[in-house]
Amino acid sequence: MAETEKNRFEPVIVGFTCNWCSYRAADAAGMGRMKYAPNVRLIRLMCSGRTDPQFVLKAIAEGADGVMITGCHPGDCHYIDQNYKTMRRYELLRRTLIQMGLEPGRLNLVWASAAESQILAEEISKFVEQVRALGPLHWPKWEQASANERASGKEAA
Amino acid sequence: MSEKIGVYLCHCGSNIAGVVDVEEASFWAQETFPEVTVSRNYKFMCSSPGQELIEKDIKELGLTRVVVAACSPHLHEPTFRGACQRAGLNPFLFEMASIREQVSWVTTDKQIATQKAKALIEGAIKRVVYNEPLEPFIVKIDPNVLIVGGGVAGIQAALEIADSGSHVYLVEREPSIGGHMAQFDKTFPTLDCSACILTPKMFAVGSHPNITLLTWSEVEKVEGYVGNFTVQVRKRARKIKEDLCTGCLVCQEKCPKKVVDNVFEVGLANRKAVYVPFPQAVPKYPVIDTENCTFFQKGKCKICEHFCPTDAIDFAQEDQVLKLNIGNILLATGYDPFDCRRMPQYGYGVLPNVITSLEFERMTNASGPTAGKVLLKDGKTVPTSIGIIHCVGSRDKNYNEYCSSICCMQSLKFAHLAHEKTGAKVCNFYIDIRTPAKSYEEFYKRIQDEGTIFVRGKVGEVTNIARSAEEEGKLIVQVFDTLLGMQRRIPVDMVILSAALEPRADAKEVGKKFGISCAADGWLIERHPKLDPVATMTEGVYIAGCAQGPKDIPASVAQGAAAAARIIGRIQQGQMALEPVRANVIEDRCSACRTCNDLCPFSAITFDMDKEVSLVNPALCQGCGTCVAACPAGAIIGTHFSDEQIMAQIKGLLEVPFAPMQP
Repeated sequence: MAETEKNRFEPVIVGFTCNWCSYRAADAAGMGRMKYAPNVRLIRLMCSGRTDPQFVLKAIAEGADGVMITGCHPGDCHYIDQNYKTMRRYELLRRTLIQMGLEPGRLNLVWASAAESQILAEEISKFVEQVRALGPLHWPKWEQASANERASGKEAA
Repeated sequence: MSEKIGVYLCHCGSNIAGVVDVEEASFWAQETFPEVTVSRNYKFMCSSPGQELIEKDIKELGLTRVVVAACSPHLHEPTFRGACQRAGLNPFLFEMASIREQVSWVTTDKQIATQKAKALIEGAIKRVVYNEPLEPFIVKIDPNVLIVGGGVAGIQAALEIADSGSHVYLVEREPSIGGHMAQFDKTFPTLDCSACILTPKMFAVGSHPNITLLTWSEVEKVEGYVGNFTVQVRKRARKIKEDLCTGCLVCQEKCPKKVVDNVFEVGLANRKAVYVPFPQAVPKYPVIDTENCTFFQKGKCKICEHFCPTDAIDFAQEDQVLKLNIGNILLATGYDPFDCRRMPQYGYGVLPNVITSLEFERMTNASGPTAGKVLLKDGKTVPTSIGIIHCVGSRDKNYNEYCSSICCMQSLKFAHLAHEKTGAKVCNFYIDIRTPAKSYEEFYKRIQDEGTIFVRGKVGEVTNIARSAEEEGKLIVQVFDTLLGMQRRIPVDMVILSAALEPRADAKEVGKKFGISCAADGWLIERHPKLDPVATMTEGVYIAGCAQGPKDIPASVAQGAAAAARIIGRIQQGQMALEPVRANVIEDRCSACRTCNDLCPFSAITFDMDKEVSLVNPALCQGCGTCVAACPAGAIIGTHFSDEQIMAQIKGLLEVPFAPMQP
């Protein structure tokens, strides 16, 4: 599944996991030797509630083709109900990003408990295919954008 | 800032090195980043020589940050933090990249895997620069223990902790301790009388100098954190003065008001408005059920007061609210039986001789509603044939997918008791027979040898609509017999439904009160299902017995004892170190918008009216970071998961392309 054909677009995706559920699910997927798409690079947070919308914007600005936020199922959050706050924030973030011109398929929210390694692996692979179909995100990185503007003599916005 | 970072890649034998080119990645780390002072790779970083590599480099090269790329931090973060600490480097100036669980074990293409590993390593290198040195937060442990639930698990734990010298508050919402075990007749596989083995423990609890028994009581509020909880308990008014009551029960005898006992006798018998739930109740004091007492409802009666020889009745008695200082809490709140009316096809609640497992327990119990005789609902006829249906509400995707663990043994026990008491023909309808523990399989053989009939099939229906003469007046069990491969209709006089064990109806609310959560199936969640079944994710709160999942009495006792051992260990240490991952408000930046105030489920955020800033109490904060993310001014810092650290990590992760550059 991870064999890449030459010239096929390979998206690079940043995933935010929560220490108690989804990160453990990723660990369990590893222990189970489940093979899934290698395009997602995970960051461990203590809770999905720590996911600041700015992190998502930073990931996109730095060149990610898609961003995945994962956490415990609603009702199962280690910190009781912080994942409800993640849900609310995610909805607002999604609408904002659509207005900025981002295809909605580039952002994903997945709930996976520590035992649901199979589900997480499948969701990751599914999301990679979804982003692959959308193609690369042609938003230049911050530095590149400022360098471009400096080079062309315009002032940075 | 010029930090000196040491980067260590682990081969983990061939687990990582077999897929990821660790030598090349290690060389790449050294060459690419000027802030990386040294980059090494070694077969097993977690081994002593591996750790010594790190310690030596810290001391000799003056490293200020360490990154290890190996297995999951859940396994070895403490190991490498320990190595840093031993060498004199603050353990929080360390980051770990998981290139085994997240890369080598889940990726087949070696080149792509090496790229992904490099990306994770660069993320860690960029992040660790922003790590701050942190000191663990030391808290004192109050030696008092709160146990909620007076069933056999709670009783066991209470006795062990009290015997060790610490004080226990045992809170039970019913008038007596004993739980469900007090309702049973005989216990499998030994067929010991349940009350006979339980009451000595109950009595020990009632008379132990180190146990304060608070029955007819409920926990109302829990505040604080491990070692320093403040618990508010409402001791409901029994309307009996405990220091005067001798337990003679004349009040119960003389009370004219009969009430259906839906709790202990499961609706099969009556009790009085002033009552003890069963004769061996601990404590021995009765309670007045004010909702059914004639005096409280209509203002008349007071017969109990008239007859009480010691003047112990006190109609004006008020609830007492106690505030307890507690160090550790154990929840042993037990289970609720499945409501068989949810399966109308079995006729419970409609057909009179369809009864549940708990009802049969009360029936065979010598002190139960039929004085131990197995009788039909008419109160006189002895059944000549009995059907026992396994897995009612268990192993069923329409109700509960799990197996309730005890019903096979319980159903076999019922078969034995039914034979013994009635000589009836007994037929058990099962899916599988689960008899795993000590002496259980031998018990199963014994029940088979006694002549019990076993039909393998999930019962479709219990009906009283007869299709032939021999079915008239009987209950017909309609089942597909999978071993014979045909439908069967088996007429019986009585049907016993082995009902599932379910989480308590209020398990979620109770869990929330104590800061722990329930799993999707409703049982309270343990810290680790295999290695840590009695601790929870919240420090200082433990679970034991059926509250954690369905189990038999030996397992409940074992868990109660296990939780007690943990708690005793904590008390003996006197203090513990908490992870310093928590939120902190930079007061200068706070604009008092109070967005954060409602976000904390642990009530750690308060608003200081004088300073007009929001503040985080570091002792209550559990470090989730939700308020950190929410603060519009960026005034809340999340230690060890700061914005700077995470932003740097994001950038680092994305610097490495998916595939290596083609030459």
